[in-house]
Amino acid sequence: MENTEIYTGPEPHIEVHKYYAGVVSIAVLLALVLQAFFPVHFRWANYLELPLLVTLYFALSKRNPSSGLMLGMVVGLLQDSLSRTPLGLYGIAKTLVGFLGSSIGARVDVEHPIARFLLTVGFVFFHHAVFTLTSRILLAQHDEKYFTVPVLIASIVNAFIAIGMFPFLDRFRKPS
Amino acid sequence: MIAIPSRHRSLTLLAGVIIAQVLLLAVQIKRAGQVRLIRVWAVEMVSPLQRLTSWAIYGVEHGWGGYVGLRRAQQDNEALHAEMDRLKVRNAELEGRAIEADRLAGLLNFRETHREVPMLAARVIGGSPDSGSLLVYISRGSRDGIRRDMGVITPDGVVGKIIAVFPDTAQVLLLGDKDSGVGALLADTRTQGPVKGIGEPQLSLEYISNDEKVSAGEAVLTSGQDRIFPKDLPVGTVVEATADRKSPFMKIRVKPAAHLDRLEEVLVLLTRNELEMKKAADPSSEASPAPANAAKAPAKTQ
Repeated sequence: MENTEIYTGPEPHIEVHKYYAGVVSIAVLLALVLQAFFPVHFRWANYLELPLLVTLYFALSKRNPSSGLMLGMVVGLLQDSLSRTPLGLYGIAKTLVGFLGSSIGARVDVEHPIARFLLTVGFVFFHHAVFTLTSRILLAQHDEKYFTVPVLIASIVNAFIAIGMFPFLDRFRKPS
Repeated sequence: MIAIPSRHRSLTLLAGVIIAQVLLLAVQIKRAGQVRLIRVWAVEMVSPLQRLTSWAIYGVEHGWGGYVGLRRAQQDNEALHAEMDRLKVRNAELEGRAIEADRLAGLLNFRETHREVPMLAARVIGGSPDSGSLLVYISRGSRDGIRRDMGVITPDGVVGKIIAVFPDTAQVLLLGDKDSGVGALLADTRTQGPVKGIGEPQLSLEYISNDEKVSAGEAVLTSGQDRIFPKDLPVGTVVEATADRKSPFMKIRVKPAAHLDRLEEVLVLLTRNELEMKKAADPSSEASPAPANAAKAPAKTQ
């Protein structure tokens, strides 16, 4: 997954980033561990969605829809496994985030902090919408709402975190 | 393997991954009634096919069954008709047996209630070929102790008397024959007179004075004076009684008590010897005429 070739998609001029071995795996595991750890000790951490940020970051950077959706699926299923939700609920949402993030990353420049901020806000809403839609359809949980204030707060919080986290992860890219 | 264009490969993979996870969710989720969602989906997907298949199979079976049924219907119909005919015959046979049993029971009952009168049951085995005479043949003859001039009755009433005896059969002259007669009396007034056959279904009660009061429906019984039949056996019922201006006697028509036109079993009264013995014991009656004559003109024997 780390040895990505030059992207040959619809926007060939956009650079495809590669990462050192183990970076993606470690980042995913760390995000899952912290996601499980922080809410126990910090109430504000309930707004965190670190697995989503990791998925989004690598999808935007790698710009390969196939690897993006596979990464999203793995992260989502792991998150489902560690939570009480049925397996596949986060998996579907993050699969779509990975696919869509990779598709967007292949077409537009997502390196700018403002672009990353806005994309993160949008994907938090998208992730929540897919999660809610799946819950409504498959779990018959009709009390789930597509837009709530906590989701808005979470999107902003995660967007600010993304602004700081994404440049940090950029450091583990292989030099082009 | 199906070749998928590279630009669609990621979309295909996405669809596959999403579908796989949806199925994974469906396996875990239980709906109302604790039925897993995957099973609900499977049933909902399969049930229309099942219904369609069931409908098709039912249609084929029904159509085939109808075709085969039509083919078999004719055979069944013929078989049922044959069975119905056989059952009709059997039913008639059983009805006949039941009627016969009733008749025999009547005969037996009659014999039981008249133990003092020795009698012998016999079956009517034939009639006379001569339409001018009322004769029947019975299944008893001289070997059974049948003798000439013995009386023949049924539980309903008097039938006639034996006029010819053969080893195994005997000839019975029915009461309706012109040459037949029996000593009788009117049940109400006890007025005596012979009942004679006139060759018709009805009988004639003779020698009843125009002064007597006889009404239709009055019973006519044997008087016992003919020394053939015991006393008070039913002979018939008065149908019509009119005064005859040209004669001192009434013209009385009697309907026979016994069904003379459909006799099947009869009883032969073995009473003649007893009567003769009684007659022998009674010196005053030694000069009495033969029973046959007595039957024809019982009034003269008194």
